[in-house]
Amino acid sequence: MGKDEFVFLLVGLKWTVVLSAVGFVCGCLGGLAVALARTSDIKVLNKATAAYIGVFQGTPLLMQLFVVYYGLALVGFKIDAWIAVAIGLTLHASAYLGEIWRGSIEAVPRGQTEAAKALSLKYASRMRDVILPQALRISLPATIGFLVQLIKGTSLASIVGFTELTRAGNMISNQIFQPLTVFAIVGLLYFLMCCPLTIFGAHLERRFAASTR
Amino acid sequence: MTYSSDAQADTMITLDHVEKWYGAFKALHDISMSVRQGEKIVLCGPSGSGKSTLIRCINYLEPHQKGEIRVDGILLGHQAKAIDAIRREVGMVFQQFNLFPHLTVLENCMLAPMRALGLSKAAAEDRARGLLERVKIAEQAAKYPAQLSGGQQQRVAIARALCMQPKVMLFDEPTSALDPEMVKEVLDTMIGLAEDGMTMICVTHEMGFARQVADRVIFMAEGAIVEQAPPAEFFSNPRHERTRKFLGEILNH
Amino acid sequence: MNYQLDFTPVIDGLPNLLLGCLGTFLLAVCGMLLAIVIGIGGVILRTSKIKAARWAMIGFVELIRNTPFLVQIFFLYFALPLAGLRLDPTPTAIIALGINGGAYAIEIIRGGVQSISKGQIEAGLALGLHRAQVFRFIVLKPALRAIFPSLTSQFVLLTLSTSIASAISAYELTSVSQRIESESFRSFEVYFTVTAFYLVISWLMMRLFGLFSSRYFAYPVK
Repeated sequence: MGKDEFVFLLVGLKWTVVLSAVGFVCGCLGGLAVALARTSDIKVLNKATAAYIGVFQGTPLLMQLFVVYYGLALVGFKIDAWIAVAIGLTLHASAYLGEIWRGSIEAVPRGQTEAAKALSLKYASRMRDVILPQALRISLPATIGFLVQLIKGTSLASIVGFTELTRAGNMISNQIFQPLTVFAIVGLLYFLMCCPLTIFGAHLERRFAASTR
Repeated sequence: MTYSSDAQADTMITLDHVEKWYGAFKALHDISMSVRQGEKIVLCGPSGSGKSTLIRCINYLEPHQKGEIRVDGILLGHQAKAIDAIRREVGMVFQQFNLFPHLTVLENCMLAPMRALGLSKAAAEDRARGLLERVKIAEQAAKYPAQLSGGQQQRVAIARALCMQPKVMLFDEPTSALDPEMVKEVLDTMIGLAEDGMTMICVTHEMGFARQVADRVIFMAEGAIVEQAPPAEFFSNPRHERTRKFLGEILNH
Repeated sequence: MNYQLDFTPVIDGLPNLLLGCLGTFLLAVCGMLLAIVIGIGGVILRTSKIKAARWAMIGFVELIRNTPFLVQIFFLYFALPLAGLRLDPTPTAIIALGINGGAYAIEIIRGGVQSISKGQIEAGLALGLHRAQVFRFIVLKPALRAIFPSLTSQFVLLTLSTSIASAISAYELTSVSQRIESESFRSFEVYFTVTAFYLVISWLMMRLFGLFSSRYFAYPVK
């Protein structure tokens, strides 16, 4: 495998990073909305987000990407493949992050909400100033764990036909007939992205466990 | 004083200059003692004195670093065969019962005879039912440990150990985790066992039990044996200051 | 929008899709069984006294957890023949699923084993059982009970990732649907229906796990 092929992989890697970043950032916003709706007192919002989470956690990411990709085309949106994939990843991430954050919002002791209410803080302030900062801390290891899952999940964009790292690897491998070398390198590149995050997440989890003991 | 292993034909356990460390901490100092067949020993001493460690060395739950331990003539080396042989002859009862929560009372008692001794299911069940009868808990055989009181659990644990037909029973503070009203039923079971001639080493603070059952009381402090005597002498005429202080604390509370 | 939804190809392909569901189910179950075997074996190595075995397992777990399943399955697809194993795509997919799920299972099971108190193990040893027997008869079931919720969600994820096995055209629901899609070009209709099928499959999986758990772990705890 020569220099040109490797550069081609790096271009794919760039798109993997872009997809992951867009999916994660938009997913965080969506996930926050889902988590707030899921923990709200409004029954309709509660039920709707529960169903949303159930559907996205009960179906394969690949199918979600397919449905979004062809569904958007169907209603007449002429958009690039990468945007369709980014939208799919965002919807996926919103569901998973929403569920993670619902759990951590509920893990904040009830007394915190009561104390905030007693201080006559309104919902927005109660959430922003009291509950969410604590919930965020609790959720950090799981959130990072999901980010790793999302980075790995972007590889499925290759099946939809978008050239990110895995598809770049596939193309190179078909050209030079060295699939093992190519996929080993592709795997290594993913590993280099994910492993530091995994280690960081485990570190946070240990620190958190130590501080609550 | 030293004991050679074949000095007395009826010697069941000998410890010869046994030492044990946890890292740099010396948990047992030069322990030498022997236990005759059928003898009942009560080991007592303040917490951290090494009494639990000592009996846990006898069935190799804790490895010792120096000296020799023999049980029924078998030298407890560090090789697996001797360890297995000794564990089959030595029963142990723990402070926290350690019954297996996923097995019924009967299954708790049948497991080791079937798996370690190779008994058939029928034979293991016969034996288990007999011994549950003996600790007066036969009617609970189908229950799970979590459904029993502490005292009942500890009696099951005694039956479970007896199912291996051990020659020696070790008791590691068997009544310390029990509510006061349940201590008696467990002690009565142990007294029954003693009357049947079992060789026993009990780590316990139940001095009434010691008076009634023990042939010898051994007092330990800081990992060493301070003094040992028959109970009558031990309680009425302790020789060491350390022992007197300990007895004063434990008897006058 | 002048596109008319047309589910006729989906309805015509229903028998094939249902067979595909069965394929997915079998793939998932075989993958899980292999994952459990790898998980238990891996935990024994991961907690053994041999340092090399421990490090090998740490490396294996991190390697698998930090790379995409799609890349793993491609790698295996090309590597197995070189190792002298010429297998069809479906068994290859099962091995890939087993290895992937096994790595996660190692970490989960290890957590479960560590949740068992030391006294339980000592009681088993004091009764004359060997280490392997203590693990098999005393540690395993309570440990499984402790980890069952996380094992369940991991195995639902494994079930969902069987769809990725379509990339090497293993026989399962996604590859069947791709065939119907490529013949009919009714992409949205096909994938939308198949997504609903997956929802049913993962719901069934969870029910099965719940049923197993209420039977097998029926013993009371404090």
